[in-house]
Amino acid sequence: MSSTPDPYASVTATARAIATGEATATRVVDAYLGRIRNLDRELGAFLAVNAEGARAGAAAVDRARAANEPLGPLAGVPIALKDNLVTRGLATTAGSKILAGWIPPYDGDAVTRLRAAGAIVLGKTNMDEFGMGSSTERSAYQKTRNPWDTSRVPGGSSGGSAAAVAAGLCAASLGTDTGGSIRQPAAMCGVVGMKPTYGRVSRYGVVAYASSLDQVGPLARSVEDAALLLSAIAGHDPRDATSIAAPVDAYAAALTGEVAGLRVGLPREYYGEGLDAEIRAALARTAEALRERGAEIVDVSLPHTAHALPAYYVIAPAEASSNLARYDGIRYGTRAPDAPDLLALYSKTRGAGFGPEVKRRIMLGTYALRAGYYDAYYKKAQQVRACISRDFADAWATVDVLLTPTTPAPAFRFGAKATPVDMYLGDIYTLACNLAGLPGLSVPCGLTAGGLPIGAQLLGRPLDEATLLRAGGVIEAAVGLGAQRPRAVS
Amino acid sequence: MTELAQLLVDWEAVIGLEVHVQLATASKAFSPSAVQFGAPPNSLTDPTVLGLPGALPVYNARALELALALGLATSSRIRMTSRFARKHYFYPDQPKNYQISQYDEPLCEHGVVDMFIGGELRRVELTRIHLEEDAGKNTHVGATSHVDLDRAGVPLVEVVTEPVMHTPEEAAEFVRALHGLVRWLGISEADMEKGQLRCDANVSVRRRGEDRLGTRTELKNINSFRFIQHAVEHEIARQLRLVESGGRVERETRLWDAVAGQSHTMRTKEEANDYRYFPDPDLPPLVVDPAQLDAIERGLPELPAARFRRYTRSGVGADEARTLVGERALADYMDAAIAAHGDEASAKFIGNWILTELLGALRAAERDVAASPLPPATLAALVRLVEDGTISGKIGKEVFEESFRTGEAPAAIVARRGVQQISNEAELGTIVERVVTANQRQADGYAGGNDKLFGFFVGQVMKETGGRANPVLTTALLKKRLGR
Repeated sequence: MSSTPDPYASVTATARAIATGEATATRVVDAYLGRIRNLDRELGAFLAVNAEGARAGAAAVDRARAANEPLGPLAGVPIALKDNLVTRGLATTAGSKILAGWIPPYDGDAVTRLRAAGAIVLGKTNMDEFGMGSSTERSAYQKTRNPWDTSRVPGGSSGGSAAAVAAGLCAASLGTDTGGSIRQPAAMCGVVGMKPTYGRVSRYGVVAYASSLDQVGPLARSVEDAALLLSAIAGHDPRDATSIAAPVDAYAAALTGEVAGLRVGLPREYYGEGLDAEIRAALARTAEALRERGAEIVDVSLPHTAHALPAYYVIAPAEASSNLARYDGIRYGTRAPDAPDLLALYSKTRGAGFGPEVKRRIMLGTYALRAGYYDAYYKKAQQVRACISRDFADAWATVDVLLTPTTPAPAFRFGAKATPVDMYLGDIYTLACNLAGLPGLSVPCGLTAGGLPIGAQLLGRPLDEATLLRAGGVIEAAVGLGAQRPRAVS
Repeated sequence: MTELAQLLVDWEAVIGLEVHVQLATASKAFSPSAVQFGAPPNSLTDPTVLGLPGALPVYNARALELALALGLATSSRIRMTSRFARKHYFYPDQPKNYQISQYDEPLCEHGVVDMFIGGELRRVELTRIHLEEDAGKNTHVGATSHVDLDRAGVPLVEVVTEPVMHTPEEAAEFVRALHGLVRWLGISEADMEKGQLRCDANVSVRRRGEDRLGTRTELKNINSFRFIQHAVEHEIARQLRLVESGGRVERETRLWDAVAGQSHTMRTKEEANDYRYFPDPDLPPLVVDPAQLDAIERGLPELPAARFRRYTRSGVGADEARTLVGERALADYMDAAIAAHGDEASAKFIGNWILTELLGALRAAERDVAASPLPPATLAALVRLVEDGTISGKIGKEVFEESFRTGEAPAAIVARRGVQQISNEAELGTIVERVVTANQRQADGYAGGNDKLFGFFVGQVMKETGGRANPVLTTALLKKRLGR
C-alpha cells in the first residue's frame, strides 16, 4: 500500500498491508476518518463516528505488531456497524429517538468476535428506526444518500452500512436483515450483502426487531470480503438460545471460482409481473454466465411465494410489538418530562420517542396478538411460514441454489414510495428467505442504463453459506461491477 | 353459630389457588446474575435482567431440574416439549414489559398434592405447574418510586390447583402441604416472609347442589398461612353478604390488606389486561431429556404422604406422624433412628422420644434437627436401654439430657453413673422387705385402707435405690408384700 491507503482496498489487502508493515493501522483508520469527514456530510451514512476509539484501537494494533505479537485475521481493518448492534461505551440508537443518549454497558456477540479478530469499530451507521423500513428514510436522525445517485435512497434498513461500504468510507460493515435489510440496500448500493442462516450469527446484542427473523450479516465490496467477515462473526453463542452449534465452514476457502455441475434454480414466482425490465435482463445474463461456466439452470416453482409478504407483515409486527415494549423511559433512553402518572409517562415517552412507521407496526402487531385473534392472525401466519419453508425444502431436492433478483426495481428517489404498502412491496423477493431461516446473498450483477446497481440474489440450503459465496464469486467475476465506482464519490 | 357458618348452610364456597414458588437456583431463570435475598438494590443484574436492548434469555438448566422434581413428586403429566410464552403488561418492576411464562403448553399438568385434613390425607388436584420468571420490586417513598430488580428474573414455578377446596382451612392446609413438599424436595426455601412462596386465591360461592361455578374474584397478596385463611374467609363472607342481599359478585382482582384485615378492588374485569400471549421467539421449545427425567425420578426422596402412611402403619399416632413429616430433616432423623434401632415396631416409642425430648432440647439449644448434637443412632441406643429395662424412663430423660449436652454414649453414662434399673426380683424384693419392715406403722395404715400410703412406699423404695428401682416391678412387689 502506498502513502495514501486505497479506500477501496479489499479487507484481505488491508489486513495484509497492516500485518506486513506496509501500512499502519493508524494510517488506514486516519484515511477512512478523513474520507468520512469529507464525504459523509453529504451521504449521511454514519450516525456516530468512533474517531477516538478507532484511533486507540489502531494504535493498539500497531503496538502489537511492533512487539511481534500475533495479530487477528482482521487486525486493523476498520468496520462500520449498523446502529442496532450494541457496542460497549458507544451510543447505540437503532435509528430511534427513544434510545437517544443510551450508552450500552456491553458488546453484542458479533461485535465481540470482530474485536477479537482485531477489527476496528469505525462508527455506527444510519438505519430505518429499529430496522423498520426499506429506504433508511425512516431513521429518526437523518437521510442517507445513495452514493451512485444522491437523489436516491440507499435502500434499507441497513442503508447506512451499505452506503458506507459503497462510498469507501470503511473496509466493510455489518448490517442486520429481518426481511431483506442487508440484501436490498446491498443491491441498491452495488455491494455484496449476506444474510446468514438464522442462528448462524448470534443475536446477542442485536436490538431486536422481529426475533424469529433477525440475523446479522456482512456488507462488503467483494464476495471474498463478505466471506472473511462472516467467518469472523459466525459461530455458536450460548447466550442466544436460537444460536446453532454446528461448526463454521472456511468460507473464503470455498471460493474456488467453480460452478460446474451446480444446479441453479430460477423460481418462476420471482420473475413475474412488476419486475423491472433491466433487472430482468441482468438476471438473464447472470444465469447465462453461470450456465456457460458449467452450472445447470433449472426452472422451479415456490408456490407459496405470494403469501410471504402478508405472513411477514403479521409475524414481524407481532414480535416487534412485544420486543419494543421495553422502551418505556424508565431505565434507559429518553423519558418524556412532566408526566403526571405512570400511564402518562408511558404514553408520552412512547408517543414522542417512536416514529410513525414504528408506531404503525406496533399497532399492527398488537392487533394481531390480541386475545381471541391469535389463531386468525399470528398462528395462521406461522402456518403460511411453514408452507413457505416446505416450498424451499422441496426445491432443494432438485437444485442447490436459487437465483432471483434481490429487488424488483433499482434504488428509488427520496419520497417515491408514497404509502407503506408501496414500500413493503419492494421486499417481495427477500422476505421468504427470512421466513424460512435460509441464507441469502446479494451480489452486484450490473448497472442499469441510468447507472444504478442491480443485485442478484442467491438463496441456499440451511448452513450452506459456502455454496452461495462460491456461486456469488463466479457472478461477481462474470457480471459484477469490476472497477466501477459510485459517481458521487469518485 | 357464626354469621358465616349460618350462611354456609345454604351456600358453598369454591376455592382454587395459584401459588408462586421461587426455585432455589444459584443464578436467575434466564441469565447469569446471582439469586440472593436481601442483596443491595439492583446489585444482582445483567443486561438480560435489566431488559437492555439486545439482551437475550437462555433457560436455566438447574431450574428445569427442580421444576421436574416437583412435577414428578406431584405425579404430574410431564410435557416433554413445552413452550415459553410472553405475557405482556406494562409495569416498572418488569423491565421488558413482558414476563416470560408458559401459557398453552406448560411443563406439568394434572398433578396432585396430598394435604392433611385432621389426621387424614386429602388429595388436591392440580391444573398445571408452569415455569416463569419473577418480577422486581417497586417501593414508593413519598412522590418517588424506586425499582429494585434484584428479584427480577428469579426462576418461579406457578402451581395452579383445580377449584376443589371449600373452606379457608383447606386453602391454608394446601399451602402448608405445598410449602412442606417443596422444602422436602429441596427445590425452594419457600420462606413466605422473603416472598419465596406467594399465594393468590380464586374464590366464588354457589348455592349448595349447584354444579356451575359462581363468578370468582382473585385475591392477591396473601403471603402467610394465617393470612390465607383469614383473607379467604373474609372474601367468602363478603361474597355471601353480597348475594344474600340480592347483589352480584363482580369478576375482579382484589388486593388483601393484612394490616386492615380486608381486601379492596385492584382492578375490575373492564380494566383486565389483554396479556397478548404468544410463544417467545427468543426461546426454542423446552425439551425434556427422558434420561434426565428418569434420573430425577430415581433421585426423588420418599414423599411426606408416603412416609406419613408408613409411620401410622407402624403404630405412630396421626398427629405425631404429621409432625414428624412436617420437615424432611426431622423425618429423616426418625428414619435413621428406626434403622439404627432395628425394630419398626418401636417407631411409636422412638417418635415420642423425638417429639418430646429431642425437639425440646433442640429448641432450648436453638439448633436445627439436621445439626442435632445427638445423632439418631444414639437416640436409638437410649430408647433400647429404656425398652429393655436397663434404665427407667425417668433416668432415660436424665441420660438423654447428659448425652445431648456432652455427646457421651448413653450406655457409658449409665455405667458411669450406676443408674441401671434394678429389675431383679430377688434384689428388689429384699429392698421392699427392708422398707416395709422399717415402716411397720405405715404398712398397718395401708392395710387399714389408707391408699395414699402406697405412694409413700414407692417413694421409699426409690429413695433406697437412688431412683433405680423398676417402677412396675416395685409396684408389683409392694402390693404383694403389703397384702393388697
